[in-house]
Amino acid sequence: MLTNVVICGIGGQGNILASGLMGSALVEKGFKVAVGETYGASQRGGSVMSHLRISDEREPGVLIPLGKADIIVAFEPIEALRMLRTYGNPNTKVIYDIRPTYPLGVLTGEDEYPPIEAIQAEIEANSAVSIALPATAMAVEAGNSKAANIIMMGALAGLEEMPIEPEEFFGVLSQNFKGKVLDLNKEVFMTGYDAIRKGGVK
Amino acid sequence: MTTRNEPGKTYLMQGNEAIVRGALEGGVHFASSYPGSPSSQVLGIMGRIADQMGFYAEWSTNETTALQACMGASFANARSICVVKQNGLLVQSDTIHCGALGGVKGGLVLVTSDDPDAHSSTNEFDSRHMAVSANVPMLEPSSIQETKDMIPYAFELSEKLQQMVILRVTTRICHGRGGVKLGEIPEKKPFKKIGKWDKMLGLNWLHSYLLEKLEWAREEFEDCEFNHFDGKEGAETLIIAGGTGRNYALEALDDLGIEDEVGVLSLGTLWPLPEKLILKHLKKAKRVLIVEEVDPFLEEHISALAGKEKLNIDICGRNDILPKVGELNPDVLIKALREFLGIKEEKPCCSGTCPAAEAVTIPDRELTFCAGCPHRATFFALKQALIKEKNPGVVFGDIGCYVFAAQRAGQFAVQFMSCMGSGISAAGGLGQLTKYGFDQKVVSVCGDSTFFHTVVPGLIAAKMNNANILHIVLDNSATAMTGFQPHPGTGTTCMGQPTDKLSIKAICESLGCRVEIADPFNLQETIDLIFEMNREDGLKILILEQPCATLASKTRAKKKVWVEQELCKGDDCGCSRMCSRVWGCPANIWDFEKGCAAIDEVVCVGCGVCAKVCPQGAIKVEGGDE
Repeated sequence: MLTNVVICGIGGQGNILASGLMGSALVEKGFKVAVGETYGASQRGGSVMSHLRISDEREPGVLIPLGKADIIVAFEPIEALRMLRTYGNPNTKVIYDIRPTYPLGVLTGEDEYPPIEAIQAEIEANSAVSIALPATAMAVEAGNSKAANIIMMGALAGLEEMPIEPEEFFGVLSQNFKGKVLDLNKEVFMTGYDAIRKGGVK
Repeated sequence: MTTRNEPGKTYLMQGNEAIVRGALEGGVHFASSYPGSPSSQVLGIMGRIADQMGFYAEWSTNETTALQACMGASFANARSICVVKQNGLLVQSDTIHCGALGGVKGGLVLVTSDDPDAHSSTNEFDSRHMAVSANVPMLEPSSIQETKDMIPYAFELSEKLQQMVILRVTTRICHGRGGVKLGEIPEKKPFKKIGKWDKMLGLNWLHSYLLEKLEWAREEFEDCEFNHFDGKEGAETLIIAGGTGRNYALEALDDLGIEDEVGVLSLGTLWPLPEKLILKHLKKAKRVLIVEEVDPFLEEHISALAGKEKLNIDICGRNDILPKVGELNPDVLIKALREFLGIKEEKPCCSGTCPAAEAVTIPDRELTFCAGCPHRATFFALKQALIKEKNPGVVFGDIGCYVFAAQRAGQFAVQFMSCMGSGISAAGGLGQLTKYGFDQKVVSVCGDSTFFHTVVPGLIAAKMNNANILHIVLDNSATAMTGFQPHPGTGTTCMGQPTDKLSIKAICESLGCRVEIADPFNLQETIDLIFEMNREDGLKILILEQPCATLASKTRAKKKVWVEQELCKGDDCGCSRMCSRVWGCPANIWDFEKGCAAIDEVVCVGCGVCAKVCPQGAIKVEGGDE
C-alpha cells in the first residue's frame, strides 16, 4: 500500500505543521512515512505544499510523481486546482477550503481570479470526489481562524484511504499542545472529521 | 523528540531535526552557525536543548566567525558542529582552505545545506566543489535516517584523520520528514589540555600531509556503510546516484518496472571518491547514468576515472540527458530513463481528462511582503523620495526579506542585489562616480542582521573614501527571513541568555557621519527625510526602526481596520486603487462585486498604515497599540 497525499495552501495557513502532525501520528501507528515540504520564503504569500506519503512496505521518497496523488487537501480553491492539474488523476479525491486568498497580481488588477463556480466545476470534472469545505469559516466560528488547518486534517482523516482514527491523531496533538489550545484543536478536528463521515462521503 | 533517550524507537523527524539528533549521538560539545535556509532551524533547536544536554550553542556574526569558533573549540578536543547554507560555505572559503592545512583535534563537522532550484535562496550553488578545492572529505546522506547516522560517523572520521569533514545536505533532506530510528546518546569525551607543542597552524609545509589525509579517507570510503548497491549486480545499465538521487532513481525504476534489470550504486562518500568501488561496477557496465544535484560533479570525476582506465562506456547525466539546472524529482528521472533506455511511453502521465477549452486560467501567486510589513512602507517612501529627484536615484539591495523590493512588493525599487553585504560596497563604488559627473542619487539598504554580518566593513570603506551615498538600515529587530534568530542587536543569545544589545546607531555614529532614526510607518516624515538627506554630500545613514510584523503581531494589540465603503469612490476616485494596487498589502483587497476597497480581516495584522495612503480617508483605524 502506498497512499500519496498533497497538502497545499499559502504561507501562514499552517499546512506544514498540520502535515507534520498527521505524519507523526501515522509513524506512531507503525507506517513508513515521508513528508516533502516545498515552501521557500513561504511566509511571504507564496504557495506552500507538502507531500505526505504513507506506506506499509518500504520507506517512500519525499516527492510524489506527477499525476500520482490519491488525495489533495487544499487550503484555497485555486491552489486545489493548481495541484489537481499537476498531481491529480481521475481517481483523486479533493478536499478544499472554499475561501479565496487573492494573489498580488489579482489585487493589482493584472490578473483575474477565476469565478468560484468555474473553479469548482473544473475540480469536479477532473476528480473522483470533490468536497468544498468552509474550513476557515468553521474555524472563525470555533474561535480561531488559525485552526482551519486542523479542521482540514480532520476532514482528511475522514476519508477511508487514511488509516488513522481520531484518538490516534489526538495522541500526537497532546504531545504538541496543552490546555485550551489542545481542547480547541480536538474539537475542530472532529468538526472536519464529521463533515466528511456524516456528510456521507468516505 | 530530538533529546529522547529511547534507542530503537522511531519518530517522524524533519531533516534539520535529524541533524540535531545526529550531533547529540555524536557527543557534540560545541555548535555554531549563522542562519541560512534550508538549515536555519538546526541551531535554533540546538540552542533550546543545549543546557539540558550539556553542550554549548551560539549564533555567530557570520559563517566565517562561526567556523573559526568551532576550530577554537576543536583545539581542546571538543567535538564541534558548524551549520551553514551554500552561500555560508562560500563565505567560509578562506577559513576552510587554511583550516584544512592546519587540521583539527576534536572532531569538526561542517554541515552545508544546498538549495537545488533555489527554493529559499538566490542561487543553487553546488557545495561539492569546495571539498575538492580544499582537499577535505565530504559526505552526503540519501535519507533522513542516514542524515542522523552520518553525523556520529563524521565525528569519528574527523578525529581519525585530524581533519574537518563536510556533510552536504539539500533542501529535500532539511525540509523533508521521514522515520528516524534513534540511537544511543553517549557520554561526552573529556577535553584535553593544550600542550606546549600542540599546534593548529594552517601553513603550506603541511600541503603534502593534507593530501595524504585525503588518501586515508579514500581507503576508508572504499568500504563504507553509506555506499549502497541496489538492483541487478553486473547489469549493463548502471545508475550512479549521489545523495537524494538514490530515491528518485529507485522510484523511477519501480515506476518503469525495470528495477531488476538495472544496477544502482549510491554514493554517500562524495569526496574523495572510492575509486576501486566505482571501477568494480563501471567495468561491468556498458552505459551509466549519473543522478546528482546540481552540477555534473560525479559525472565529470567518474568520466575522468573511466578515461584513465580506458573503459569504453557511455556516461550520461547532467551534461546531456538530465536538465543542466534545477532540482531533480522522480518525473525528471522517469523521462530521462525512457530516453536513456529507449522505453516507449504507454500513456501520458497526466490524467488527460482536463477539458482544455473550458479550463480556467490560474493566476500566479507572487511572493510579497507580509501584511503589516515595515518594508512595504519603507520602499513606498523611498520610491516617493527618489522620483522627486531630477534623475531618479538608484537603490542597491542586500540579502533579506527586502529582496522582494526588486519586485512589485517593493515598487520595483531595488535594482542591484548580489550577496550578503554587497549593497553598501557596490553603492560606495558607484557613489564615487558622482564626483566625476554621474548625476543620480545612490542609496543602499540592508537589514539589521545583515548589518552585523558583512555591512560594517563596507560602511567603513564608504566613510574612509568619503562616498556620496545614503545607506538605510531596515531595522526590524529580527533575522526575519530565516525565522527570527537572535543577532548582536537583539539582546539574547542562542541559548536564551540575556546579553548586551549592540546599538546600530552607536556603531554608525562612531564612524563620524550623519545618522538619523525614523519610523517608516510615519510615511511623509520618512519621504521628506530621505529627500533631505540625499541633498547632503558624503556618507549618511538612516536607521528605519519598526519591528517585523510577524513578530509584532504576537505581542501588539491589533487595531481594528476597516473600509467605510460609502467613502471609497472605487475606480472613479482617480487613485488607481491606491490601497490594493499600489500599496499592495495582502490585507487590502478589492471587493469585486461592489467595486470598492475592502480589508481581509483574516489576513490584516492591524498596523493601520494603509489609512495614510487613501486619498478619501475611507480606511478607518480604531484602538490597538502603536
